Amino acid sequence: MRIQIIIGQLLRIGVFTSIGIAFLGGVIYLSRHGHEVVDYATFKGIPDYVKPANLFTSVFELRGRAIIQVGIMLLIATPVVRLIFSAIGFAAEKDYRYAAITVLVLGIIIFSMLSGKAG
Amino acid sequence: MQHERIVLMTVLTFTLILLAGAYAAGLLGSLTGLGGGFVVIPLLTLALGVDIHYAIGASLVSAIATSSGSAAAYVKEGITNMRLGIFLEIATTIGAFTGAILAAFIPAHFIAILFGTVLIFSAIISLKKKSNEVNLKKSYLAEKLKLDGQFPEGGGFIAYRVINVAGGFCMMIVAGIISGILGIGSGALKVVAMDGVMRIPFKVSTTTSNFMIGVTAAASAVVYLQRGYIDPGICMPVVIGVVLGALSGSKILVRTASAAWLKYLFAGIILILAIQMIYNGLLGRI
Repeated sequence: MRIQIIIGQLLRIGVFTSIGIAFLGGVIYLSRHGHEVVDYATFKGIPDYVKPANLFTSVFELRGRAIIQVGIMLLIATPVVRLIFSAIGFAAEKDYRYAAITVLVLGIIIFSMLSGKAG
Repeated sequence: MQHERIVLMTVLTFTLILLAGAYAAGLLGSLTGLGGGFVVIPLLTLALGVDIHYAIGASLVSAIATSSGSAAAYVKEGITNMRLGIFLEIATTIGAFTGAILAAFIPAHFIAILFGTVLIFSAIISLKKKSNEVNLKKSYLAEKLKLDGQFPEGGGFIAYRVINVAGGFCMMIVAGIISGILGIGSGALKVVAMDGVMRIPFKVSTTTSNFMIGVTAAASAVVYLQRGYIDPGICMPVVIGVVLGALSGSKILVRTASAAWLKYLFAGIILILAIQMIYNGLLGRI
């Protein structure tokens, strides 16, 4: 089945692209902050520069950690994009029940994304 | 929360230690099929004194990477049951979302104890004898949902049927919740649901479970991301290390026929880590 091969390729490309971006960001981050002392002993919540609203300005300022975060977001998006391809695949096979099930799973993830902010 | 072990080191040292540790975790995780998260969380919390919320965030991201990377190969070979996987993802994503929301309200030391318990359980499951026994009993729901399938074996295909769909579905909700709270793929629980409850052949249940981990983890990762659990400085070396380790692991797996002793070694390491996590959790040190 062609769609299976496409999905397999998609997963692989998604993983390696996102890791490449994270590596690039990591090099910038280490070259700037490599000699600072780490402090992860207490959980501080979300830092300003990686907040979704500020992320893109941070990336344009070439902030290493913002670039890493873009790579990680791409990684998280990879299985979600896979779902979209699966839905198209099922619809092409005229298996509308499974196309609907796939869209439902997508809906749950989108719901999770939209309601995960509080707290 | 008191932290008795404050570790002072530079970002560079921290990154290199994590990179090496994550590489080892990815290597062992792919050889045993348990995934890298089991080593990553204790490494971060016990050895490097990192808050457990950052640890579960990094672990979850690495689970997505390894799942997506290895699922690519199995999907191609036609072992993965895509319909079954997607159907059960309804359960795991609902569970993962619930778990990610719950994680904010659960005290850190309790997360550590729960993690240790799941760890012990997974180590036992990994040592259990695997059978590719094929079930041929019919089930109304499985037929309706077209869950029955076949997998390639020795040049031909072996057909199998799925039973107890409702039971497996409920078990998957639990697996999703655990995954959302602990930031692990909970592959062991998924295999129990498919292998034990739904009587799916082992080869199919492991690859389908792996295939599902990415989507399940994405459902809780979108919550983690907005709550700051996913820290770029920690995730970068963890993800790169785990993926490179898993890649090396898959190369070794092709060459060596049996990795039985490795399985016992890894189960032993996991048991020690699990006891450490529970012990430190009970003392409130995590």
